[in-house]
Amino acid sequence: MHLIGLRNYQELMSDNLWWDSMGHAGYITLIALTFQNALAFALALACDREIRMKRFYRVVFFIPPVLSEVVVGLIWNWILNPEMQNGQHIGLLNHLLYTSGFPQMVHNWLGDPKTALTAIAIVNSWKGFGWGFIMLLAGLQTIDKQLYEAARVDGASAWKTFTNVTIPMMLPVILVVVILTILGCMQVFVLILTMVSEGLVNHTDVPVLRILSAMTGTNRFGYACAEAVNFGIILVCVSFITKKLSDKAKQV
Amino acid sequence: MTQSTLTHIFLMGVALTCLFPIFWMIRCAFMTNETVFVDKALIPHHLNFGNFAVAWTKGNFAVYFLNSVVYTVCVVGGIVLVSSLAAFSFSRLKFPGKNIIFYMFVAAMMIPLPGSFVALFVMMNKLHLINTRFGYILCMINVGLSMSILLLKTFFDKMSRDLEDAARIDGCGKIGIWWNVALPLARPAIAVIVIFNSLNVWNEYILATLLLGDSQLMPLQRGLMVFQGANSTDYPVLMAGLTMAAIPIVVIYLFMQKHIVKGLSSGAVVG
Repeated sequence: MHLIGLRNYQELMSDNLWWDSMGHAGYITLIALTFQNALAFALALACDREIRMKRFYRVVFFIPPVLSEVVVGLIWNWILNPEMQNGQHIGLLNHLLYTSGFPQMVHNWLGDPKTALTAIAIVNSWKGFGWGFIMLLAGLQTIDKQLYEAARVDGASAWKTFTNVTIPMMLPVILVVVILTILGCMQVFVLILTMVSEGLVNHTDVPVLRILSAMTGTNRFGYACAEAVNFGIILVCVSFITKKLSDKAKQV
Repeated sequence: MTQSTLTHIFLMGVALTCLFPIFWMIRCAFMTNETVFVDKALIPHHLNFGNFAVAWTKGNFAVYFLNSVVYTVCVVGGIVLVSSLAAFSFSRLKFPGKNIIFYMFVAAMMIPLPGSFVALFVMMNKLHLINTRFGYILCMINVGLSMSILLLKTFFDKMSRDLEDAARIDGCGKIGIWWNVALPLARPAIAVIVIFNSLNVWNEYILATLLLGDSQLMPLQRGLMVFQGANSTDYPVLMAGLTMAAIPIVVIYLFMQKHIVKGLSSGAVVG
């Protein structure tokens, strides 16, 4: 056994590829926190009332989350395919854009470093919003209907009721969803493996892929361990901070 | 336009974006290599049923599929057995170091899998369990254990002791109480554990990649990537393979969705 002290950690601190990959995962998480959770919340609000086909929606919205990341990634890889054959676009998205009159929008979505990460983040949100939807809907259904009744009697507008009744009552559930979203999205990597080709690796790398490549690519197990510990500590800290914030918010 | 119509248009739109990619996958699985690139009709003009057979035999999906079934059954069975025994002990028995061991399990839940799989890989290598079914099953049981123990322990803690006392008077030992009283009562919690872990094992990819290099041992998700790497242009057969990987889990979900919603909801509300 040969000990090298903290040299792996020193190298990690100045490893731009590693911090870039952390930024990419952060970007995917940010899109999930805003776009995906806002969508989930809007859907939950829409379903939390007497409307027809409520059960149908609830079942359908949770189908993408039960599919595996490999399946989701390969389906979308096929839909976003940039190639052409016999003057026709192979990928469904480009074909639809072309035939519906937006030929200037046709794009190599996964091949362009500028759009690849966003495309992945959106597919990730497509796969993930069902979790948030089910949890938020369950939370909404525990709110006492008398509170809404009281707000209505007091003459509160729909918006006032939302900000003063729904949001405070939902805060604990919202924070659970936020923590789970952060933990889940920071660890996304199978979608990237399945959707992006090797050439773009530096533009779409995420921490888990860096750890894997240090392990299997270059056989540097010590360095991979340093990366893994660093990553684990960051995730534990983030969920700890969010938990603390939620405890504070509950007291107010 | 009324508000309710707008709500329905919104919900329907999202529901369509959920279902359409899956429909597109199934549709493309019924085409040939020539038509899949040019025919963009919703229902293809010529249906080709051969892709599934090709995927099953030439694509090695028969092996992958059976492996996935074996892994799912073994891992979920193992998780239920170990976690119910452990949770019962944590809830009912007195032994030295009980709290420390229990909090170790809870703490393990905080550590994300990517933070630990380097160490896991090295350990499995030392134990000569790389590239064995047994090694993969052990690791996957370990992945699901913490959550299941926590869930069952809270369940057992709430369970009344009268039934246990009655069983003890009838001559049941500790194992007898676990088998005859605790397990049957915990059925709702076990249903949640079985469903979530089945989803998790069936869809698992990363440990299968690290631990299993032999294509005869690979589960479906890993096999799909191997197939895609080797035949990246044979889209109809790839789509057939994807359909085979997706359909069982979707069918199970449709049958079990009440339990899934219940499990998720209780998790969210307890928080």
